[in-house]
Amino acid sequence: MTVSVDLRHRFEGFTLAARFEAPAGLTALFGRSGSGKSTVVNAVAGLLRPDHARIEIGGRVLADTERGLWLPPEKRRIGYIFQDARLFPHMSVRQNLDYGRKLAPVPPGRAEFDRVVGMLGLEGLLARRPARLSGGETSRVAIGRALLAGPEMILADEPLAALDEARKAEILPYFERLRDELSIPILYVSHAAGEVARLATSVVAIEAGRVSGQGSAAQILGDPGLTPLGAREAGAMLEARVVAHHADGLSEVQAGGQVLWVPRVDRPEGAALRVHVRAQDVMLALVRPEGISALNVIPAVVRDVRPVGADGALVQLGAGMAGAQSTLLARVTARSVSALGLRSGLELFAVLKAVSVARDQAARPD
Amino acid sequence: MEGWLGPELWQAVRLSIRVSAWATVVAMPLALLTAWALARWAFPGKQIVNGIVHLPLILPPVVTGYLLLVVLSPRAPVGGFLADLGMGFAFRWTGAALAAGIMGFPLMVRAIRLSLEAVDPRLEAAAATLGASRMRRFATITLPLILPGMLAGAVLGFAKAMGEFGATITFVSNIPGETQTMPLAIYAFLQVPGGEDAALRLVIVSVVIAMGALLVSEWIARALARRVAGA
Repeated sequence: MTVSVDLRHRFEGFTLAARFEAPAGLTALFGRSGSGKSTVVNAVAGLLRPDHARIEIGGRVLADTERGLWLPPEKRRIGYIFQDARLFPHMSVRQNLDYGRKLAPVPPGRAEFDRVVGMLGLEGLLARRPARLSGGETSRVAIGRALLAGPEMILADEPLAALDEARKAEILPYFERLRDELSIPILYVSHAAGEVARLATSVVAIEAGRVSGQGSAAQILGDPGLTPLGAREAGAMLEARVVAHHADGLSEVQAGGQVLWVPRVDRPEGAALRVHVRAQDVMLALVRPEGISALNVIPAVVRDVRPVGADGALVQLGAGMAGAQSTLLARVTARSVSALGLRSGLELFAVLKAVSVARDQAARPD
Repeated sequence: MEGWLGPELWQAVRLSIRVSAWATVVAMPLALLTAWALARWAFPGKQIVNGIVHLPLILPPVVTGYLLLVVLSPRAPVGGFLADLGMGFAFRWTGAALAAGIMGFPLMVRAIRLSLEAVDPRLEAAAATLGASRMRRFATITLPLILPGMLAGAVLGFAKAMGEFGATITFVSNIPGETQTMPLAIYAFLQVPGGEDAALRLVIVSVVIAMGALLVSEWIARALARRVAGA
């Protein structure tokens, strides 16, 4: 099931014109605050009516302003997970979960209710009121409430933004499960590169109300021209595989033919995972550095040097063995570019200060 | 209580309660609608509507009573029409209820409007995405959340109605058994020699009813607040 969205809306001093398709799986709407991401999801949900809109889920037209069609939110069958959860304060957790369930055209049955409650670990919370839930529990109930409304699509508007790091780490795996287990598309708004790297099957980059790029997480996060957050958040996404766990607390993973050492990951040997290396965390050296604490030093070739801002540059590197090349990004100063003579084709070594693995926070093996 | 008061005073007490109850019950839906319009809608002339709603609060009650008389007396077109339908207000207990309701109306609107403005409209939006129609959102989300405010408004309106004097006596006069509510009866007893004893009894009843209503509403409000906050 595919979602197609085409919106135009004029705000004061700002025009939103976004058009994209979201396939099944989790599509991240990625962009900085104020870029119009939330406007897009609110329009898809029917909570905000843009000047012009055409929205379709798998052939079902929710809105077509050309033909004067605008379904109200209650007719759209969209499970919306709000950033601020918006649980009903006067109802118990069970009543919150049942609210949308009882209104669904085909109400999810008892078994489905138990399955969602079990998946989200809500068994012990059903009798409680939202005021007596922790932040992470609140998020889980909000997810469950949206799922049990029997939606044809899930919208999540920065569902982790209000949580602290520990709670984020608690909730992220649930979104991974939704992505892997649901057959309906998920549209997930985020401005955090780490979340996008970990969750997205496909990324729609939004900048100043426009779609600036669409592709896989690796493509969008790895291209400084597309990453809406600019060089600061740019980074490489590598598909990796766990090779072995070592006694000193490190795990050996392989990405694009290159061995990387990362803090112990909680996955079996052979498991696939994603590794995120931020451009900020990569140093460059012309000779292989010796006596250095960083564990990951990788031979690489400069593919491109792109100036960023007044005094910096983003260097695109090819790393690993031929045939299994992966792309790394390094953020360096303009002075380093001239001091090292960085240019396309130059062979050098990339020193990875930090590699984050399937965790939102960066892990630092140095 | 009837024995202690005697039939004459008891009549005034019963009439007062009937007039105030009707005033509160009939005014409540209108006050809810008005509060909703003032809190949620944008429309031209909103400030004028707001002003008219609050007028009884600032006008001398005698003026309000006189205006009612001008519009609703059997000799006026509107009043005459209603009288022909058998729904006249002038010099009847229904007129006393009307005057009491109008005087309490701004207090009710204010209390409901405050609680409405405290309800996060984003909760209603969340309910909409879960498939709830407008009516269902109101019944299941908004109404339970503003119930404490509605109760507070009802108590204020009822208390105002129990104490209403100026508009009532101007509009429907002081007719024992028909329009003589407790305050009017107290006033009448104080006008005649030897009436102090009867007046004092009515004063005691007034205080007891007012305190009782206040305590009951406090108790309900606390229970509702607990339910809403979910503590």
